[in-house]
Amino acid sequence: MSEAQLVIQAIAMVTAIACVLPGTFLVLRRMALMSDAISHSILLGIVLAFFVVGSVSSPLLIVGAALMGVVTVVLVESLTATKLVAKDAAIGLVFPALFSVAVILIARFADDVHLDVDAVLLGELAFAPFERFVINGYDFGPRALWVMGGILVLNLVGLALFYKELKLATFDSALAAALGFSPALVHYGLMGAVSVTAVGAFDAVGSVLVVALMIAPPASAYLLTDRLSQMIGLSALLGVASAIGGFWLAHLLDASIAGSMATVAGLAFLLAFLFGPERGMVALYRRRKRQRWDFAQVMLIVHLLHHEELPEAVEENRVAHLQEGLRWEHDFTDEVVGRARRRGLISESDGLLVLTELGRDSARRSFAA
Amino acid sequence: MFDLFTDYTLRTVAMGAAILGIVSGVLGSFTVLRQQSLLGDAISHAALPGIVLAFLLTGSSEPLPLVLGAGIAGWIGTLCVRAIVRNTRIKNDGALGLVLSVFFGIGLMLLTYTQARPDASQAGLDKFLFGQAAALLQDDVVTMAVLGGIAIVAVTLFWKEFKLLSFDSEFGRSLGFRMGAVDILLTTLVVIAIVIGLRTVGVVLMSAMVVAPGAAARQWTDRLGVMVCLSAMFGALAGLTGALLSSTGARLPTGPMVVLSASVIVLLSLLFAPRRGLVWERLRSHRRTALRTEGARP
Repeated sequence: MSEAQLVIQAIAMVTAIACVLPGTFLVLRRMALMSDAISHSILLGIVLAFFVVGSVSSPLLIVGAALMGVVTVVLVESLTATKLVAKDAAIGLVFPALFSVAVILIARFADDVHLDVDAVLLGELAFAPFERFVINGYDFGPRALWVMGGILVLNLVGLALFYKELKLATFDSALAAALGFSPALVHYGLMGAVSVTAVGAFDAVGSVLVVALMIAPPASAYLLTDRLSQMIGLSALLGVASAIGGFWLAHLLDASIAGSMATVAGLAFLLAFLFGPERGMVALYRRRKRQRWDFAQVMLIVHLLHHEELPEAVEENRVAHLQEGLRWEHDFTDEVVGRARRRGLISESDGLLVLTELGRDSARRSFAA
Repeated sequence: MFDLFTDYTLRTVAMGAAILGIVSGVLGSFTVLRQQSLLGDAISHAALPGIVLAFLLTGSSEPLPLVLGAGIAGWIGTLCVRAIVRNTRIKNDGALGLVLSVFFGIGLMLLTYTQARPDASQAGLDKFLFGQAAALLQDDVVTMAVLGGIAIVAVTLFWKEFKLLSFDSEFGRSLGFRMGAVDILLTTLVVIAIVIGLRTVGVVLMSAMVVAPGAAARQWTDRLGVMVCLSAMFGALAGLTGALLSSTGARLPTGPMVVLSASVIVLLSLLFAPRRGLVWERLRSHRRTALRTEGARP
């Protein structure tokens, strides 16, 4: 591995972790698409800041972009507050308009400078190691690593300081308000973190990947755990896995690193969706199937209990009769009887089914329940 | 303005923009009413891998295969959103964001994979990201008109079903309509509306075209029929205005101009639409306060 490759992976990993921290709360608070809106409209912030400052490398561009992120949130919310449009429509109206203004401004006034819309949208991580952070001629290393590292620390500190507030405002905003935490403050704090993170990240990986990194790992983690702290940790792990997996996939295919990272993050979600231990599709399917057999066995032993020690038991409690009495198919009946016998609920002699002690208990308990 | 009838490029672009405005206006009314405004965003981003694969398989940039590829990928994207929302506790917004970004990422990966030189790939991607209205040919416009016409005919045929779906889906179910199937049909039509606009407005901004005309039309009326017609008109107006404005000056890209025109229509509707408009609302409350203070005087 060359040094450039190591640096790219380090930037990708740091970016992924920085993104999943606010992303987790976006997914939980059902505001996932604000990341999409913010990551697009910050382009306008950059363009406007560029007109003021006149340079594409000034740190003020980041400030302008972050401010525009907050402006986007305010616009969406005041538009929703008029009650003339729903919240999703407000998002869909605000960010394309801001983005359009930015693209027009670039095309008209800034086409000759290096302010590339493609680069903003798609990012190019492969060039990140060569953009250095230089002060007074001394090279401190790749700029993106410093920027994203700083944002990661910021997010971690914010999370540590306001963990309780975030948790409460996310899961029970009414209680949070009653206890004196301002939900609005938590909301804008989170939105500010999303803006700053998106600004820092899109420079390296592009705005669409920002959305992928903010949403996909937390969404996958949400399918795997019920605890907030575990969800954050898992999201970070999945983010790192997507970063490294994406890098090597891109290396293999000679393709875009950002795109490959999003692909791997999507694959991770697919795996969680299908094979998650509790909520995955496979687990769900198996549980439903097992419940069907369990239910049939309960029906069987209750039927046996009902007729037990009565004269008609000789007739009723026969395998052959079950098909008629419970309207079960032949194969199905055999399977249920087999399963019940293996569990020690019933025994069979000469085609007559008899409840065991265990079976009788279970049947009585099903009644009581 | 006179150029509209003589200039081939301008006429083609203007017609294309108007058709896309009409079709997305009609279908956008329903997405706005059903609070699925951002479905368009997901579909247009999800179309990218389909476009790239279609290009890979056919090796041509004929409009029909690309539109077909975009449509299939966008459609699969909506099915993924549906599956996620139905089977997990992830809500609509999370599912949309996930599908949007992951599909787009896959598209980006495929595109860069097919094109060895990094700068070449970016040049090619431009067309899909921001549209390239100036490159529209008469063939493209014909394709757009045919597909859009099919979508609009389908809306008129299934008018009653779509109305039920938008306002009271449960009632529709109780009447014996298969609302799941109706939902998928409507979503399919939205996919069509979006893919025919991709070449003109582009992936990033196409989502606005299925929100803005509908949201503007909603302010003027409470009747679905009127709203859909108005929305189509607003869409066409935005398309034409955008195309004409971008032809007047150098370096005014068509897609963003169309979206900006639509945004201005929304803004005017929010402010001045009778009854719902914010300006009238403000005037009314002002008059109420004035009356009250007058009445309070001895």
